Amino acid sequence: MSAEAVPRSPWTALFERIGRHSLNVFEEVGRFFYILYNTIHWTFRRPFDIREWVRQMVRVGVDSIPVVGLTAMFTGMVMALQTYRGFARFHAEGFVASVVSLSLTRELAPVLASLMIAGRIGSSLAAELGTMRVTEQIDALYAMATEPIHYLVVPRVGATTLMLPPLVAIANGLGIFGGYGIAVGLMGANPIMYWDKTFQFLDLNDVFSGLIKAAVFGLILSVTGCTKGFFTTGGAEGVGRATTSAVVMGSVVILVSDFFLTKILF
Amino acid sequence: MANTRGDAGRVEQGGSAPKIAVIDLWKTFAGREVLRGINLEVDAGESFVIVGQSGAGKSVLLKHLIGLIAPDQGHVIIDGEDLTNSDAARSLEIRRKFGMSFQEGALFDSMDVLGNIAFPLMRHTRMSGDEIAARVRQCLALVHLEGVERKATSELSGGMRRRVGFARAIALQPEILLFDEPNTGLDPITSGVIDGVIVEMREHLDVTMVTITHDMKSAFRIADRIAMLRNGQIIATARPEAFRSLADPYIQKFLAGEPVEEEVA
Repeated sequence: MSAEAVPRSPWTALFERIGRHSLNVFEEVGRFFYILYNTIHWTFRRPFDIREWVRQMVRVGVDSIPVVGLTAMFTGMVMALQTYRGFARFHAEGFVASVVSLSLTRELAPVLASLMIAGRIGSSLAAELGTMRVTEQIDALYAMATEPIHYLVVPRVGATTLMLPPLVAIANGLGIFGGYGIAVGLMGANPIMYWDKTFQFLDLNDVFSGLIKAAVFGLILSVTGCTKGFFTTGGAEGVGRATTSAVVMGSVVILVSDFFLTKILF
Repeated sequence: MANTRGDAGRVEQGGSAPKIAVIDLWKTFAGREVLRGINLEVDAGESFVIVGQSGAGKSVLLKHLIGLIAPDQGHVIIDGEDLTNSDAARSLEIRRKFGMSFQEGALFDSMDVLGNIAFPLMRHTRMSGDEIAARVRQCLALVHLEGVERKATSELSGGMRRRVGFARAIALQPEILLFDEPNTGLDPITSGVIDGVIVEMREHLDVTMVTITHDMKSAFRIADRIAMLRNGQIIATARPEAFRSLADPYIQKFLAGEPVEEEVA
């Protein structure tokens, strides 16, 4: 069985490498859809762990309000500052409010809130499930005839998917408020006109599509975090890798899917 | 080396089906054959101990028994029912016959001791809160731990963690108890206490036990039969007294704790 070194051409090595990477990508995608499918499958099965759902909703939703709110408010403030200066060059200051409200509700609030949640929750899901995996707690669940996806993943994914839209709604409000504060308070815009312009071009559809986006992003980032944690191998180092990769993958997939969702929804 | 699986010292029971039967079990991980054609039978009520070096495949074998790992080939039969060919729902049902204690306890660190032991009761029974608390106390008493219900798992010593793990494993009154290295990392006195608890549990509960360990002292204390696993194969099975006098040089070295040249754990 000697694997006597048959000299390999650089091309063979290259194709091998490409093949290995392709297999890894397929494996990752397969795992993502395995967790997604099983999460949907188990969501409607008894027992419904209401207490765990509420606990996760508080963790994802209520506890994230400060970080998401602050992000949105400062984004609204910067938007107002930048656009006011730019628009002033051709005397279009009146449209600052419309630009701030439209860009926040349609794009910035859902994407930025989701990226913040990917950092805050996606990472902690991966770390939590990854630690449970390497300390055999997930095996212990199987051994107690409890499906880990049912007990662990379903409430986490469900809570993140449900809580992202209200978080984004709060982000919308605080972002618009931040823009208003800068434009009116700092730049001297007319408050009544600013308020009018905020809603003049804003359609309910803009807000709803932003909230739908948020729910989809919540689903993606939580399934990514849970997948990374669930399939962790390699002890503490593996947990670290899973955590990092949950945030990176979650963020990239949010940004890529944002393009396609925008194309579909708008 | 001949597989002397034979059931040295085994009481033939005139055709009564074994509680657990493993038939020609094979498993490969990353190109390495970890299990190579394992065959074994465990009778109801028996305490069966599998010994072997680190890396011999003990944990992998134990995880096959409860369906945590699917084999590449072969069958695990529990009470005449093939666990390997069961669908997900049926295999969850079969698993309810098991209680398993993990190497480091595998206690849920998000819960206290009470939460850990109550977990399977809350998932699988309709017991009231008081009944569950009473059952938890009863399980803790069986493993000689009382008054620790409200302790966080991080406050427990290694030996206590194992015993809480035992208590959780017996909470649903399983028919089969699996122990994964119950003594690893414990001092000899605590290790003796753990063995005592295992022996007592066996006396008080009507269970079949399978334990894997590399600690021969412990194996002799708790076993009805001992099987030696080497390089993914069972090379001998015997009652404790017969096991000591097996002529196999590897087993004699293992018993004496002497190094074996060709193997590196």
